Amino acid sequence: MAGGYRGYKYFEAIEKHAGLLGILTAIMVSIGGLAEITPIFMAAHEVKPALGVKPYDALRLAGKDIYVREGCYLCHSQMIRALRAETERYGPFSTAEESVYDRPHQWGSKRTGPDLARVGGKYSDEWQRQHLRDPRSVVPESNMPSYPWLAQALVDGDDIAARMRTLRFLGDPYTDADIAGAKAAVSGQTELDAVVAYLQGLGIANEPANAKPQQAAP
Amino acid sequence: MPKTETYNDQVVRLFLLAAAVWGIIGMSVGVWIAAELAWPFWNFDVPFLTFSRLRPDHTFGVIFAFGGSALMGTCYYVVQRTGHTRLAFPRVANFTFWGWQLICVLAMLTMPLGITQSKEYAEPEWFIDILIAVVWVSFGFVFFATLARRRIRHIYVANWYYGAFIIAVGLLHIVNNLAVPVSLTKSYPIYSGVVDAMVQWWYGHNAVAFFLTAGFLGMMYYFVPRQAQQPLWSYRFSIVNFWALISVYMWAGSHHLMYTALPDWVQSVGMAFSLILLMPSWGSAANGLLTFNGSWHRLKTDPAAKFMVIALVFYAASTFEGSMMAIKTVNSLSHYTDWTVAHVHSGSIGWVAMITIGSLYAMAPRALGRPAMHSHAAMEWHFWLHTTGVLLYVLAMWVAGVTEGLMWRETNPDGSLTYAFIDSLLAIKPLYAVRWLGGMFVLAGMVVMAWNLWHTAAHARAKLITPIPVPIPEPEAAQVPAPLPAMG
Repeated sequence: MAGGYRGYKYFEAIEKHAGLLGILTAIMVSIGGLAEITPIFMAAHEVKPALGVKPYDALRLAGKDIYVREGCYLCHSQMIRALRAETERYGPFSTAEESVYDRPHQWGSKRTGPDLARVGGKYSDEWQRQHLRDPRSVVPESNMPSYPWLAQALVDGDDIAARMRTLRFLGDPYTDADIAGAKAAVSGQTELDAVVAYLQGLGIANEPANAKPQQAAP
Repeated sequence: MPKTETYNDQVVRLFLLAAAVWGIIGMSVGVWIAAELAWPFWNFDVPFLTFSRLRPDHTFGVIFAFGGSALMGTCYYVVQRTGHTRLAFPRVANFTFWGWQLICVLAMLTMPLGITQSKEYAEPEWFIDILIAVVWVSFGFVFFATLARRRIRHIYVANWYYGAFIIAVGLLHIVNNLAVPVSLTKSYPIYSGVVDAMVQWWYGHNAVAFFLTAGFLGMMYYFVPRQAQQPLWSYRFSIVNFWALISVYMWAGSHHLMYTALPDWVQSVGMAFSLILLMPSWGSAANGLLTFNGSWHRLKTDPAAKFMVIALVFYAASTFEGSMMAIKTVNSLSHYTDWTVAHVHSGSIGWVAMITIGSLYAMAPRALGRPAMHSHAAMEWHFWLHTTGVLLYVLAMWVAGVTEGLMWRETNPDGSLTYAFIDSLLAIKPLYAVRWLGGMFVLAGMVVMAWNLWHTAAHARAKLITPIPVPIPEPEAAQVPAPLPAMG
């Protein structure tokens, strides 16, 4: 094929050698990712948590991991885009600093429910508990599932301490005291307590100390 | 027994069976969770039936279990026939089958129990990820070893796409899933925040690019000329599109993160490459469709060809839509809404599922040693059920997505927001019911296909032990595809 085409002999070499084809394919598919990810990876150490922001304390870490376990990210984003309608509804747009301790990130890709990046303090603890146990008892039109089992399970303190050690290994600045105190901090707390603590900290505990939480529209 | 060399279709048949079973399981879960969104009663307050726990089962089930089995099966089928050679390392090939099925079962069982990384489309935990990497490397090993022993010097283009699919998915999977385990059931990714988001969508977008596009284009480049019973419209064009597609796709992942905390330049680069991507996408679709030139009459009688043509139309439509959605201003409306869901499904049940079904209908009689599928009418039924289902689904979700996008940004003259969030949910709830109905149609079609395959395989099942030998023909110059078994 391609009989008269002068450059064809070069292509012919590729089309007749599986190894060459494989290597060239691997090179071509690598360029884009390297070009985009490497600079971000290199710049990542410059993205420092805002002054005074600490990694998740034991109870909020437990809550975050339950949020991850239940798959909340499938319906709730945690990323307020830099668009007027978004900041009007949810508060100031999200910045890279706010999610430095999120492994994995919880930015989400779909809002079947509202964004939660700044949900902390918007509702009372009691409202959050009731809403997680039975969403339709407080928002009758909601299609969110109920999570009644959260109130029945206790957070495992040893497990949380092990998780903090792993996170410290990955670079999150937990102190020995943080880890030693983890078990006591979560003792007697249910998974529901943990999730509520996590939600109530969103947009507050990961904020610079001087920023006031904005009261956003519902 | 005479010593004629034959194709190893045993592993192909196993993958064919697995694809049919996983297709039904994955789509059943999809229909279930669609019902949960329309009528939350279906969650039953049972943890492992809850939407947020089951949704990864739907995506993993259809993409990796159904799509993966179909891709690996057709890949083994195609590489043997285009190389006039028997599959290399049959034991490793069998291992890839059983390994992949083990992975699928483990993933589908652990995710609803909350054992998940919660990285979208990469939910299975670290021990399953390691298994995936091992099976994937073995799959690549069998594929390239078979390619190396081919008896035709020129490597047919379908294998280029299968090869790129194997290399890229291996790379994406390993880089995206690097994590440090805490225990057997919990790990933390080595990336956090913005880096994790970028790596995740580099993976997520290119899982679409190489799993759901390159792999299925490999399928298309073999089975479409077969079914049209004439050579590819332009072979050179397919090669140009190959290099363009595999290199451009990898840049486009950041279009999932428009207006977020990701650096602006990456968003803009992602948008630019997403627009460029339209060219190789439409090039591939056009090449497939034009291959039917002079053969369009076959659509009247051949349901497999019909599936393929509509698949290519959906491929062209959803890649156009994808490029448009990657434009920042369009994305500001479409992102986070059900428009994304519409787009994904026009790509997945429009393009991916239809090219797979068409290819399965073309391949199954061959691999099962039958002259044709058991029931022609059932294939027709499947076609119309599937097409109706896709249209219902996609139209409902388009309308829902645009409605949400417009309502979220609607403001009063004084600048305040017009609608509370719950208003947008109320507005689209009826459309969630329509989406569920569309899913039911697609699932019903899959059940019809499974019934048809089961009866087509009756002969093979009766003599399960003895293989059905398909002799390997001698390579010849300037081949024109020989007709497949009569399709009607």
